[in-house]
Amino acid sequence: MALTLEQVRHVATLARLALTPEEEQRFTTQLSAVLDAVAQLQALDVEAVEPTSHATLADSLLREDATRPSLPPEKSLANAPAKSGTSFAVPKIIE
Amino acid sequence: MQLTDLTMLELAAKLAAGAVSSEEATRACLERIRQVDPKVRAFLRVDEEGALAAARASDARRKAGSPASALDGVPVGLKDIFLTEGVETTAGSRILEGFVPPYDATVVRLLKEAGLPLVGKLNMDEFAMGSSNESSAYFPSHNPWDLARTPGGSSGGSAAAVAAREVFGALGTDTGGSIRQPAALTNTVGLKPTYGRVSRFGVIAFASSLDQPGPMTRTVADAAALLQLIARHDPQDATSAAVEAPDYSADLEGGVRGLRLGVPREYFTEGMDPEVEASVREALREYERLGATLVDVSLPHTKYALATYYLIAPAEASSNLARYDGIRYGQRAKDARGLKELYALTRERGFGPEVKRRIMLGTYALSAGYYDAYYLRAQKVRTLIREDFTKAFQQVDAVLSPTSPVPAFKLGEKVDDPLSMYLMDVFTLPCNLAGLPGLSVPCGFTKAGLPVGLQILGRPFDEARLLRIARAYEREHDFFLRPAPLQGWPERQASVTPPCP
Repeated sequence: MALTLEQVRHVATLARLALTPEEEQRFTTQLSAVLDAVAQLQALDVEAVEPTSHATLADSLLREDATRPSLPPEKSLANAPAKSGTSFAVPKIIE
Repeated sequence: MQLTDLTMLELAAKLAAGAVSSEEATRACLERIRQVDPKVRAFLRVDEEGALAAARASDARRKAGSPASALDGVPVGLKDIFLTEGVETTAGSRILEGFVPPYDATVVRLLKEAGLPLVGKLNMDEFAMGSSNESSAYFPSHNPWDLARTPGGSSGGSAAAVAAREVFGALGTDTGGSIRQPAALTNTVGLKPTYGRVSRFGVIAFASSLDQPGPMTRTVADAAALLQLIARHDPQDATSAAVEAPDYSADLEGGVRGLRLGVPREYFTEGMDPEVEASVREALREYERLGATLVDVSLPHTKYALATYYLIAPAEASSNLARYDGIRYGQRAKDARGLKELYALTRERGFGPEVKRRIMLGTYALSAGYYDAYYLRAQKVRTLIREDFTKAFQQVDAVLSPTSPVPAFKLGEKVDDPLSMYLMDVFTLPCNLAGLPGLSVPCGFTKAGLPVGLQILGRPFDEARLLRIARAYEREHDFFLRPAPLQGWPERQASVTPPCP
């Protein structure tokens, strides 16, 4: 299945990737080739088949709702590209 | 004979006997790294200080008569996907350059508690996406059996370091073959445990329903001993299985007499290297001589596994990698105007081409209007692939096949052809889709001296039997004794040349 350049741009926006024009071109070709290759799945009749999200999920994933210590703020912020007090700093989002 | 030629268990015996100290063993690794890593380039960084401190602490415990585990003092390496408190962890990506984790992955904590000095962080394809180590943002690692060739991927640095005897063992991760394929290409043993057997907490996520950490070693017995330390239930990983681990070494020499070993006809098809096929066929005959019965089995949906994987894994990856947004850690595009541009520029500059390709593919497969046709359908086919194995395991105890369809290929050979690179995983990825344990054990060499691996797949939580089957073959050949030549040189040099570790 051939992807259009418009579709690639739309997907890049969804994925928050500022692709260069060269990348947009390259991905249009390469992703179309991959989609052609995976198109073989369309031939299978899977109407009555249940999907598998995890192959071997344990019976119960629930645990007791007990509090546990978490990372202190200074450790959580240690890798922050920008911070302000005990918060992560981001560019202004409301003018 | 150098100290670094010992297996993990041989070294452990010498440590227990007081014949050698952990500090000597660790210094021997560091010296070996200085000698050979400029050629192999397995390490992204070496933690000399941390490793030596751990070694001295181990020696003190030995002296006090209270070793922390059977492998206390045995130095190992870690794929750079495992979070290590205080030691930079990048997953082979620029976007995490300079990232120093505030905590240890559960498996790292377990190894530290068991007393193993952690020598350093090993190279990998960026975010484990690749089969050759060439998508590492830093440099490609080289195969110790022919330096012009890839050690495989994505745990290629781990495999190369073990094969070059820079460390006694290593941990890797396997999402579609990333432990087994590099093991096969480097004459080492690689075990991908059952999904849920080993904790993923603190392991940088690629595809959460497929990822699984596991041991990479020179021998089967070493793999059993290393798995023993990390096969634990972990409350911090909701998918961790509350299944008690058996003693993986107890029945290692039990042999294969009376076992039924399946040979899936769909795994012996066109496209396989004839020398790889010949080695694997010879191994199958060997198993018959050792008393096993070979059974022809069919896994009819095998041909759909690659397509299924290349929808599910990128879909999960596109979601997992959304966290790299330049806000909380990692690199940030500081010149961006506004938040949206900050996200998009940070990710554009921080991710390499293979990662972007998979994020794009996964985002598309999950996007409105395509979810049912791609992602949901792939999940349904995943059920069919899993059922193939369930049926086969009603007839047989394990399934045998080649690990990789070809021996190590040349660096640069496949970088511009993503689809041909994806084909490298054709025999390994069905195991991940089905959540099964899988192991690669050395099964000989091509005429050019390149290693070949035999893959053994088993029922969920049947790692002990896989190890026993692998050991039965290893015992007849001892391929692990053969040292890698560390010769040959790539025709196409890496453009980035970082300083030697």
